Amino acid sequence: MVRFENVGMRYGDGPEVLRDINFALDAGSFHFLTGPSGAGKSSLLRLLYLAHRPSRGLITLFDRDTATMARHELPALRRQIGVVFQDFRLLDHLNAFDNVALPLRIAGLAEAEIAAQVGELLEWVGLADALEVSPATLSGGEKQRLAIARAVVARPELLLADEPTGNLDPELSLRLFHLFEELNKIGTTVLIATHSSELVEKFKHPALFLAEGRLVMRPENTLRAS
Amino acid sequence: MRERGAELAFDGDPANRYLPWIVALMVYLASLAVAGALVLGTSAARWQSGQSDRLTVQLPLHLAPQDGVAADTRIQAIMDILSETAGIAAVRRLERDELVFLLEPWLGAGNITDDLPLPELIDVTVERDARPDLDALKQRLIKAAPGVEIDDHGRWMSRLSAAARAVQALALALTVMIAGAATATVVVATRASLAVHRETIELLHLIGAQDGFVARAFARRALALGLRSGLIGLGLAALTFIFLQQTTSGLDAPLMPRIELSIASLAVLAALPLASAAIAMVTARFTVLKALAKLP
Repeated sequence: MVRFENVGMRYGDGPEVLRDINFALDAGSFHFLTGPSGAGKSSLLRLLYLAHRPSRGLITLFDRDTATMARHELPALRRQIGVVFQDFRLLDHLNAFDNVALPLRIAGLAEAEIAAQVGELLEWVGLADALEVSPATLSGGEKQRLAIARAVVARPELLLADEPTGNLDPELSLRLFHLFEELNKIGTTVLIATHSSELVEKFKHPALFLAEGRLVMRPENTLRAS
Repeated sequence: MRERGAELAFDGDPANRYLPWIVALMVYLASLAVAGALVLGTSAARWQSGQSDRLTVQLPLHLAPQDGVAADTRIQAIMDILSETAGIAAVRRLERDELVFLLEPWLGAGNITDDLPLPELIDVTVERDARPDLDALKQRLIKAAPGVEIDDHGRWMSRLSAAARAVQALALALTVMIAGAATATVVVATRASLAVHRETIELLHLIGAQDGFVARAFARRALALGLRSGLIGLGLAALTFIFLQQTTSGLDAPLMPRIELSIASLAVLAALPLASAAIAMVTARFTVLKALAKLP
């Protein structure tokens, strides 16, 4: 599903923020990406959701070498990846419904189908009453649930989340993690970046540990790339 | 029904507040330039075709001396030479009444006294297909009456027509320049708009939107703007045109181009808002695609 080989990354002419990253994620697996703030978790996710190109090394996504893919082929790949951004990136000029509907509209689905899927999902994350509301008026936790709904609405094969429970109370965090686990059970590969060691311990999923741009610890099942 | 392309909120986009009026102004100027070119084109064609079969032979004042009979004889000699020349269809001596009528616009009615000496004018119609050799004709006329002049309207009119064509070309060049300026304006405004909507565009890009999805939203907006502004510009130009027509229709100035447009010319002008819409749309699309190509 995902394979990094000797990947390095830098922003512009700056120093390398990721160095010699090697790991592989099997399809249908569930992993945490953890480590202290500034270790490079978000940068690694940026590589995964194709917001940034590596400065060296090889990234394989869905069995395709991303470096050799033509630019116009990348959107199709991105549509198979759902992302919960750390800052949500909700569009305040669209209501909650249209925010969640965005990936489906981009994929060109019919409005009737979009209405059904979005309605169901908003109910699932507990925002069924907020269809017409602008995200700007929602609380932090509600925004986060909306962002999660948008990330999963198109049934992505790979779900990436950057500190998805940072703004949530413990009860809601648990509910959302159960949501991620349910998605994982139906085949979605999940990678969640978090600095919360509590969550990592509680959910017993294998964790990749980043420190100072290097992968310093990784579970047995992610070693194949080296 | 949900509006297409609502993913990008262009309403109240500060980058585009003045753009509709700038484009309307440009279409207004282009409409006037094109209308001017079309009017001049019609006039130039008329000048060239309608007047070049006429010559005026003018006899100087001293050919009309006290001895009227002698003068008449010489005038008759010139008329004879003209009549006998091959390629001349008709020869007519203008009466004094006609000369007075021609002079009145300059001197004022009633200001031309009977004793004011006037030159003799002979109106000559040449055969358009077999024009006489004017230089040879002139030599023969000078022999008969020194100081005689041939006014070749054909040459003068073709020079006038050439001048009109030059102004016409200038007007068309102006139109092309206005189109260029409009294109540059749309590029700048689109870039500004891209900067305003950078975060939204980046998000759309990251969740799998093709560049065309974003470019279409901008192109649709530019198309509507170009069409609306184009219609406003053309409407203002039409008002200006009617105003000019009203104010010049009372003038008795034969060489002033007649301000009127054929159906074909009106069709050309009506196409200007479509052209501005097309320019705006294509420009916006390419500007957006070029900018998006920089994203990974």
